[in-house]
Amino acid sequence: MRIELEKRANPSTLYSILSPFLALGLTVIAGGIMFALIGKDPVSALYSFFIEPLLDIWSLHEIAIKAAPLILIGAGLSICYRSNNWNIGAEGQFIMGAIAGAIVPVVFHDWHSPLVLPLMLVFGMIGGALYAAIPAFLKAHMNTNEILTSLMLVYIAQLFLDWLVRGPWRSPDAYNFPVTRDFAPEAILPELIASGRANLGFAFAVLAAVGLWLMMRYTLKGFEITVLGQSERAGRFAGFSSKRMIWFSMLLSGALAGLAGISEVSGTIGKLQPIISPGYGFTAIIVAFLGRLNPLGIIAAGLFLALTYVGGEAVQLTLSVSDKVTRVFQGLLLFFVLSCDTLIQYKIRLVFSRIGQSSEGGAH
Amino acid sequence: MKKIILALATSAAVLGFAAAASAQDKTKICFIYVGSKTDGGWTQAHDIGRQELQTHFGDKIETPFLENVPEGPDAERAIERMARSGCALVFTTSFGFMDATIKVAEKFPDVKFEHATGFKSGPNVATYNSRFYEGRYIQGLIAAKMSEKGVAGYIASFPIPEVVMGINAFVHGAQSINPDFKVKVIWANTWFDPGKEADAAKALIDQGVDILTQHTDTTAPMQVASERGIKAFGQASDMIAAGPNTQLTAIVDTWGAYYIKRTQAVLDGTWKSEQVWDGLKDGILTMAPYTNMPDDVKTLAEEAEAKIRSGELHPFTGPIKKQDGSDWLAEGAVSDDGTLLGMNFYIAGVDDQLPK
Repeated sequence: MRIELEKRANPSTLYSILSPFLALGLTVIAGGIMFALIGKDPVSALYSFFIEPLLDIWSLHEIAIKAAPLILIGAGLSICYRSNNWNIGAEGQFIMGAIAGAIVPVVFHDWHSPLVLPLMLVFGMIGGALYAAIPAFLKAHMNTNEILTSLMLVYIAQLFLDWLVRGPWRSPDAYNFPVTRDFAPEAILPELIASGRANLGFAFAVLAAVGLWLMMRYTLKGFEITVLGQSERAGRFAGFSSKRMIWFSMLLSGALAGLAGISEVSGTIGKLQPIISPGYGFTAIIVAFLGRLNPLGIIAAGLFLALTYVGGEAVQLTLSVSDKVTRVFQGLLLFFVLSCDTLIQYKIRLVFSRIGQSSEGGAH
Repeated sequence: MKKIILALATSAAVLGFAAAASAQDKTKICFIYVGSKTDGGWTQAHDIGRQELQTHFGDKIETPFLENVPEGPDAERAIERMARSGCALVFTTSFGFMDATIKVAEKFPDVKFEHATGFKSGPNVATYNSRFYEGRYIQGLIAAKMSEKGVAGYIASFPIPEVVMGINAFVHGAQSINPDFKVKVIWANTWFDPGKEADAAKALIDQGVDILTQHTDTTAPMQVASERGIKAFGQASDMIAAGPNTQLTAIVDTWGAYYIKRTQAVLDGTWKSEQVWDGLKDGILTMAPYTNMPDDVKTLAEEAEAKIRSGELHPFTGPIKKQDGSDWLAEGAVSDDGTLLGMNFYIAGVDDQLPK
């Protein structure tokens, strides 16, 4: 007996729209079962996981903080992925953006001016874009696989940051501890509103996502991205250059990841240290797909994933369950999203026949 | 709009209740861990302290905790969550939580905070640390007696004063027995990475050391030492289970007594911000049983431990020269705490360049 996936002739449009919500529902059910199995009341666990964080101004701010880098990076990645460029190295571009932006407050710490912050943000974007330019160049001119090169550059960025904060940029008054000097007040990203610590980074994220959505929807560039992503040959006939698209999409997503990096460092950490990201660049990949590579969907997906982080902590504290629960939830969610999408496109067929008979169109 | 008002009301109510609740029922004493509470080393030692605290006060207190909190932007949220949830006292148990602890403490002047191993404090932030170097000195004595080659391997984490201080104490202890004793150092640049720690252990053994000690958190080096048939020292927790025929002794962090003392102060209303740096005599640090060594070495170690406990012996007593040959401590002089806490130089006998 074999299991085959057979492409559906007419995948339901309704279900493809509903798919993320379906996945969400299944995640909640599976999560509830999981809580019940470890002996916790599933209703109160799910309540403190998904509802409680939404009822408190403070935790709404925390969700916004957590969501900002995810949305910013995810929105940039969606353009990359739509155009068939697989930038997996946003984590590295995030770090390089943070480093480039931090040149101003760390190296020129005696310079005080209202220009400090705007300059930092610009440097951050340039840093991220330049770092993404490496895999872009390699792909466009050497035909290398950008998945590998961009991923491997992540580790270089991490070690470079590590070296900087232990070596040349180490703060003179931190007892040899591996941190840079604290950023001056004018180098700190201001808070959005007075009620909590969510900062301008969230505004950048939403603006960027909306901007990219408008671009995809109403401009020729958006059309170019879609066409080249679906068929490079068709794009060529239309006069679009896939080489230029590699540069455009990689630099754009790199710049946005860099902006996320400097916003995070300036807004919530206030200095550089060996570890500045709990893996935002990688989680943003989940966000991009959960948002169906649509920048507006990515805003929702980013907020939801941020909720799983903040809610996971709440459950840990109120029910004293392991912090792994958060990871399990994120894993379940991705699993259900992918399986819902697959089952909408394909149907499962059990084949009882013997090997050798009609094996065409087998499992994908 | 309605939602916002509702949310505002809820948060105000939550805050109000939290304050009232902690006055009426159980006092919440909260803990933030950087690693997993079953890491077999640093975090586990803190969690054992937390369990002792819970047992000591029983129904009077609750001890919620958050584990695997990364040292970064997430730490501030985790600590603030603790403060908001009505904790009376929050222990933040890793160096990297320092700035986050200070920031949150400024926002919550009524909540007390205690930060382990840091150097910043405030009106409601105390710091506490343990004089690990006392144990390292004793390990140095044992190493010099037990090593045939006169070379020990040291797996270090980060070149921060606390770690440098430990290396120096170990070397100084060893050289008080064998003036030619050498120490080779490998910087793992991590607190917690079994793979890297094991690699470092193997590299050191391949370079010819026959005693291993570590300032990282897992039992991996102990296991490698067992496989290779050399002796080793445990760190933070008693690691005898990982090397029954290998472990000579271990520096065991016993935070429980301190946690009980500080919680009592909160319950009595006598808590004050202090900078505590306790050692063997205060019970914040103990030595695991001296095993796998002849009786005369055991006696030597026990005598040194007793002398440090009674204050008769300070591990950093001159004459001690720095690695560059200049004098640090004259005959009979004792190092002050300030120098130790900012220590960024090796003493003579360390076969390594301090990373700059």
